[in-house]
Amino acid sequence: MTDLVHIGCGAGFMGDRFDASLPILKSMETRTGPKYLMFEVLAERTLAVAQNLRRDDPSKGYSPYLDHYIRPALAQAKALGVTIVSNMGAANPNGAARRVLETAKEQGIVGLKVATVTGDDLTQIIPTAEIAAMQTMEGIGFEGRPIVSANAYLGARPVAQAIATGADVVLVGRTTDSALALGPLIHEFGWDEDDWDRLAQGTTVGHLLECGGQITGCYFADPGFKDVPGLSSAGFPIAEISADGTFTITKPEGTGGLVNRQTVTEQLLYEMHDPSAYLVPDVVLDCSDLQATETGPDRVEITGAKGHPAPDTLKCTICVDGGWLGESFMTYSGPNAVARADLAGQIVRDRLAANGMNEPVRIETLGTGATHDGGNPDKRARRTLPTDGEYTVRIATQSVSREKAQMVVDELMMLYCSGPAAGGGHRGSVTSQIATASVLIPRERIEPHVKIEVFA
Amino acid sequence: MNSGPITVPLHAIAHGRAGDKGDTSNVSVIAYMPQAWPHLLEQVTADGVLEVFAHLGATACQRYELPNLHALNFVIENALQGGVNATLGLDRHGKTLSYLLLGEVMVTVPTDCLPENSPYLKD
Repeated sequence: MTDLVHIGCGAGFMGDRFDASLPILKSMETRTGPKYLMFEVLAERTLAVAQNLRRDDPSKGYSPYLDHYIRPALAQAKALGVTIVSNMGAANPNGAARRVLETAKEQGIVGLKVATVTGDDLTQIIPTAEIAAMQTMEGIGFEGRPIVSANAYLGARPVAQAIATGADVVLVGRTTDSALALGPLIHEFGWDEDDWDRLAQGTTVGHLLECGGQITGCYFADPGFKDVPGLSSAGFPIAEISADGTFTITKPEGTGGLVNRQTVTEQLLYEMHDPSAYLVPDVVLDCSDLQATETGPDRVEITGAKGHPAPDTLKCTICVDGGWLGESFMTYSGPNAVARADLAGQIVRDRLAANGMNEPVRIETLGTGATHDGGNPDKRARRTLPTDGEYTVRIATQSVSREKAQMVVDELMMLYCSGPAAGGGHRGSVTSQIATASVLIPRERIEPHVKIEVFA
Repeated sequence: MNSGPITVPLHAIAHGRAGDKGDTSNVSVIAYMPQAWPHLLEQVTADGVLEVFAHLGATACQRYELPNLHALNFVIENALQGGVNATLGLDRHGKTLSYLLLGEVMVTVPTDCLPENSPYLKD
């Protein structure tokens, strides 16, 4: 019987610290029992970007950061018997597997085995016309826009099957984030498909780990109120899980950061709606009676998750072309800065109107509470603002026309010479946007297409 | 120390984090001190929170309670001006909105509901 399973999380989003896995691997040197290192890097929109990369080059379409995370960790993980589990496969898990094997060869790592999970790509399963006609939830309707990508969130069972091949590295595409932890636990402990309470505990492990440092004191500090030591060297989390599902969240020895009831509770409720019904493909998680107990420095034990039968449908994310976002900034500093920044905004507003801009435009002054006001001037009027200081006027628009998006960048930049006194530091960008919507699809339409492959 | 009630922003007695799904924001509110929990339950209501987000276009707010963790979770619909897909705001995910809630909601509580070294007790 397996005693404790150890799962570390080396990344919680695309662009997370590239070196966070190193202290985790060091900590794994002294741990006994099955050991895993997960990297969660796939946001909702990331897959659409990856799909476009694959269209341009069929060998690509995996996470552009794959090398950043794999190269520093691979040799040591292999040497220590730490299995890497990640969704860096994105739109092309098999391409990612080939890339990891290339890295292994370059680094002289012998006998590496990589397993992939595919079958999340709906466009390979369901005609796009049918997808486009589906009823959506969360996000937008499709409004006739071309579909860039459509992927189902797979569960933990395929991850467990991929691990069972004996792979050193498991790469998936779209999978529920928490399955990157639940998959290893199902493999190690053999939890049955209807062992709802244990599956719920395992899902909680994944949910707490999936944002990396967000449970070890990162994205938490509020100086004077919530102080966190050593944030520049914060350790990323490690979970120690026993066969009954009880687990402890901790972090590597000698690292900065913090694990306590506060950090755990903030992360537990992050992006959660009804805590009694958090749906993932393997179980419906009920956290209502969850207990978090501090059992030592930087150690919190979690018990009490309950599970209910898994949903009949899988959530799928559809990405469509979202047009262009134009965004532009100019800064005013010193005496009467707020009035000069406001005037800059007014000048651009007048000129855009005169030049036939018919898209919605947001003009706001950063430094005045703009992110909380939502463009609502009444809200700002309630605040007393220092007239002097440093304020940035920001202009934004979204349009199907790239030229219209560019207008807000150009018109603000022109104020370098024709605006209020002493505007500086103009920045502007026009970026293509991906819009997303979610649909629910009966799992029996998708799961027969799930495939495990091994590369060596 | 005088433990008579004081009126402070929610930030003095609780912390939290905001998350987004589509145009819906969720904001956790977690008591620093166990003794603040009943005051959170009584004074931080779904209606009160909806009011704080009304100017953003929020249309509904549901409150969930986690008594073991001394935590509330507010789910606020249409709070993100269209969400990541559509908003023209700078903070497209509404990441900063936890501090809108912590700053705007006022509570009246005994001083022992604040952490011992709270900067709010130094004023």
